Amino acid sequence: MMKILVCISNVPDTTTKITFTDNNTQFNTNGVQFILNPWDEIALARAIELTDGGNGTVTVINVGEANTDATIRKALAIGATDAVRINAKPHDAWFVAYQIAQYVKANPFDLILTGKESIDYNGSKVAGMLGELLDLPSVSIIKKLDAADTEATVEREIEGGKEVLTIPFPFVAGCAEGVAEPKIPNMRGIMSARTKPLTVVEAVEVQNNSEIVSFETPAPRGQVNLVAADDPAKLVELLHTHARVI
Amino acid sequence: MSVLIYAENAAGKFKKSTFEALSYAKAIADQNSTNLIAISIGDVANDELAVLGKYGAEKVLNVANDKLKNFVNQAYASVIAEAAKANGADIVVISNSFSGRGLAPRLGVKLDAGVADGAVALPEQNGGKFTVKKTAFSGKAFAIVELTSQNKIIALAPNAYKVVESGTTAPVEDFNIETKASDFTAMIKDIVRATDKVSLPDAEIVVSAGRGLKGPENWDMIEELADLLGAATACSKPVSDSGWRPHSEHVGQTGIAVSPNLYIAIGISGAIQHLAGVSSSKVIVVINKDAEAPFFKVADYGIVGDAFEVLPKLIAAVKEYKASA
Repeated sequence: MMKILVCISNVPDTTTKITFTDNNTQFNTNGVQFILNPWDEIALARAIELTDGGNGTVTVINVGEANTDATIRKALAIGATDAVRINAKPHDAWFVAYQIAQYVKANPFDLILTGKESIDYNGSKVAGMLGELLDLPSVSIIKKLDAADTEATVEREIEGGKEVLTIPFPFVAGCAEGVAEPKIPNMRGIMSARTKPLTVVEAVEVQNNSEIVSFETPAPRGQVNLVAADDPAKLVELLHTHARVI
Repeated sequence: MSVLIYAENAAGKFKKSTFEALSYAKAIADQNSTNLIAISIGDVANDELAVLGKYGAEKVLNVANDKLKNFVNQAYASVIAEAAKANGADIVVISNSFSGRGLAPRLGVKLDAGVADGAVALPEQNGGKFTVKKTAFSGKAFAIVELTSQNKIIALAPNAYKVVESGTTAPVEDFNIETKASDFTAMIKDIVRATDKVSLPDAEIVVSAGRGLKGPENWDMIEELADLLGAATACSKPVSDSGWRPHSEHVGQTGIAVSPNLYIAIGISGAIQHLAGVSSSKVIVVINKDAEAPFFKVADYGIVGDAFEVLPKLIAAVKEYKASA
């Protein structure tokens, strides 16, 4: 029986146009649809596959306020066994990792999965911080995960290739594409998600070490310089003499 | 205080991203009128180590321990943290590489340090405030993050800071610490690294293609153009989802974000999720037969035309340019 914990984030939908308010200090959530972080979906899908056929349990954990419950229910509908929400605004990766680590110290798991990063702050820090806080091995970005009795074989992405590792349970891993295909909840899943346990836990105090001061958006580009389709040589010339990138 | 830079190597050689991180760390050391110490872990020859001096390292700590020949996340984090403590370094700079992204969070916890990952500019230090600009929302924005802790970890995004030569050679010292067995429970079984290919996150030029190419059998043209330009190949999400190309080539919000000098997009319409992953490219070229494709709105140069007609001509033009250069 394998006990798996999947850490999930509530993030703006990938189609969101990102804008800011309050003098560019706050993300403008007005009209924004929030979703389960796409890479967390991959982690969740693999956790469900590994425990398929009553071979274990999958707990999802989120650090967030009550407005993340819809995303947590979605994870339950996809197939998680139960859920925990640590009731606090997720200040930064350190805060989130610290809260989850406290929970795991009291409730141990065989395997802890996260997405490789969240699509909002792109930190890819929670997996490594959890590993350090819990004194467990961590692998930051994996694209394959196979489990045996006492250890797993994972493939880690490296520049221009991959690394294959074996790691004894328990450990922490951040999942990227390739680990599993995301699962779409079926009607039975959606119905049962309403009654699956969602435990709300209060956060513990921890000293912050980072603050977001403000946001910027990328500088807009000028008008596109169009080159005739039958004259790509002109493009090559422009890239050499004008843009100076080749 | 001092600044410590972890000089990452790949198979015993330092990469451009390491020299970028060194140049960046040197500038931070200069900002604070302090010295820069580099640490290298693994099997790197002495003359390669001395090269680190060229980019500003005043001293190179060499950790040549058989057990640390290959990257072991936990053990490497322990060694770097010990080196930071032993040298009074309160700022540690690393590359925001695949391995760096595993190290930064563990170092943050070990050193009670705030972590700025994916940094794209030098920190600003005003009135006791230390802020770093980093990518956010998968390339759709930047966040200015203040690190409020005494110790700080900064992971520099690739292609975000120019390599600057500022010194000559640096003295190399052996640095050895006791390793603990519990740091080595993860075992490397195999490393597969394509040596003839440019790695996508580090590439200065990226040639990327989408569904407009109609099928994986047509990627020869993309590979040929990439080879000519010394570029990495990439693709859009539908292409990797269809299995035409590996996931590691998927650029976009749910793939990887790149910031090359030149991004050439062929047969990619430019969905907002794809644009997020390429927005920090310096120059964007779009080739698409649909003049209304959203990608043209964020492109610097464009050709409205069928990829199957434009590409052979473009390849010929690049060959001609290379022959004359």
